Amino acid sequence: MRKMCLETVFELAKKNNKIVFIGSDLGPGVLDNFKKKYPSRFLMEGVAEQAIIGMAAGLAMQKFRPYVNTIATFITRRAFEQVVIDLCLHNLPVTLIGNGGGMVYAPLGPTHQAIEDISIMRTLPNLTILAPCDSNDMKNLVLQTTKIKGPIYIRIARGGEKIITNGKKSKIGKGLVLKKQTKFNFLTTGVTAQIALDAAKKIKKKYNMDVGVIHFSTVKPLDKKLLKKIIINSKKIITIEENIVEGGFGSSILEFSSNLKKSKNNIHIVGLKSEFSKKYGTQQEILEFNNLKDEYLCKRMYNFIIND
Amino acid sequence: MNLEKQSHSTKLDKRSKYLRSLVLECLIGGDRGHMGSAMSLIEILRVLYDDILKYYPKNPKHEDRDRLILSKGHGCLALYAILADKGFFSKKILKTSSKFNSILGGHPEFDKVPGVEASTGALGHGAPIGLGIALGARIKKKKFNTFVIVGDGEINEGSFWEASMIASKHKLENFHIIIDYNKIQSYGKTRDVLDLEPLKQKLQSFGYEVDEINGHDILKLKTYFKKIKKINKSSALICHTIKGKGFYFAEQNPFWHHKNFFTEEEKIKLIECLRY
Repeated sequence: MRKMCLETVFELAKKNNKIVFIGSDLGPGVLDNFKKKYPSRFLMEGVAEQAIIGMAAGLAMQKFRPYVNTIATFITRRAFEQVVIDLCLHNLPVTLIGNGGGMVYAPLGPTHQAIEDISIMRTLPNLTILAPCDSNDMKNLVLQTTKIKGPIYIRIARGGEKIITNGKKSKIGKGLVLKKQTKFNFLTTGVTAQIALDAAKKIKKKYNMDVGVIHFSTVKPLDKKLLKKIIINSKKIITIEENIVEGGFGSSILEFSSNLKKSKNNIHIVGLKSEFSKKYGTQQEILEFNNLKDEYLCKRMYNFIIND
Repeated sequence: MNLEKQSHSTKLDKRSKYLRSLVLECLIGGDRGHMGSAMSLIEILRVLYDDILKYYPKNPKHEDRDRLILSKGHGCLALYAILADKGFFSKKILKTSSKFNSILGGHPEFDKVPGVEASTGALGHGAPIGLGIALGARIKKKKFNTFVIVGDGEINEGSFWEASMIASKHKLENFHIIIDYNKIQSYGKTRDVLDLEPLKQKLQSFGYEVDEINGHDILKLKTYFKKIKKINKSSALICHTIKGKGFYFAEQNPFWHHKNFFTEEEKIKLIECLRY
């Protein structure tokens, strides 16, 4: 997903001479092709995230369109004030690309695990937040970033994930129906769409019941029109995210729902626990440890259905 | 006489006093503001706007203008005074400072005040933004210069030093730092809170061409700024200044760093100091 994201930025740069790439201290060889072709628009500026984000703001004031890439926690935790003031307050078209959203860096421990990036970035005015579900979705969304006037945060999830969009294309600001809406629906963001699809498949196979899966690659601004329709017509909704429950994607759905005239208490949030992980291992292990797995979701949704 | 003493004894001329009177309009009109931090800056801004910067008050976003970022945003009353003096907006607005519907807040905002390049106030942001502007100008082959005015307390921030390393790496000859070294930060003397010395050597080691100057000496400032346009790396100018300059009771007095509410007696004393 990361590779696809950066390659798409390079594709954009070929057509648009205002596109600048800024890395902090990325791995050797990253975007060598970009560096070779457009050396003045390729910047690798060291472990200085605060200055890099300010610098991106300055470049954007000069009508450039910078794409800044580093590890997600270094953008969202380390340089938070720069994101707030330099980018969001000035409403500049800088795209922040955060590597390792969620538990991708499980073995590296809590310093590198971006478990609350969605929660904290959601609080910022003018910011668009994207969390694609696979690399096709990533490519499709990155291609649309040049149409957005303000800052964008893109959360990159694990690499080598299954392709689940298969010709279905997300639009920034719109939800994407991966499996037709029913009275019981999973709402997802990021790669949790994959877990939800597996859970829906299991429910169908085991109980012959249909459950909808709607993927929100744009966490902010939410597709309120679609969401309203889903909330009003659903008996139960389970939101799924690879982020802490507090203030995250599910929380934003609840906030929206609470202001609807016909709001119902029908939304349940599944996400990471708000605690610093005491485990290492793989991303998969940590997700399962947090109940982000198809068996759990299948069981939980089925309980809602039979108690209906 | 060393630069610190010189900055103390420099007498203010008519124009410097006039610009200070515009700052007083903001201060007294809004009944609050960073008084000391604005008064140390007046001569730096005066020389830049009178003799050095290229700008267009009727077209503040003109592409070829020089960029000036007041990174120590709390010194904004001085910037408001010079911008109003140059016709970016009406001087009548000065007295509305800090009021509910005013365009002039306690920190400057780019989308409210014509002539303000960036919204500042949180410290350590101006240098990285200025660096990006300067780099952008180089890529676009534009000839304008970018100046960033930072406070002494401000450069406690690591982001300033990060930006300095990057500017040095790129040998940005169009990027100029000016340090308003009045030696008082909010809590007290910079020497006691977090000493910057040896400041000149620190800046040199980060790759700047460094000079030191009496920041209230009009002629010296003018000569310096004319010279730096010709050097081929980023520059840093340490301006030895006096916090609250021109007001004997406020000079180097931390209690005048920021003031809200002025007694009638204080208002009279402030105005009296500017009598020609």
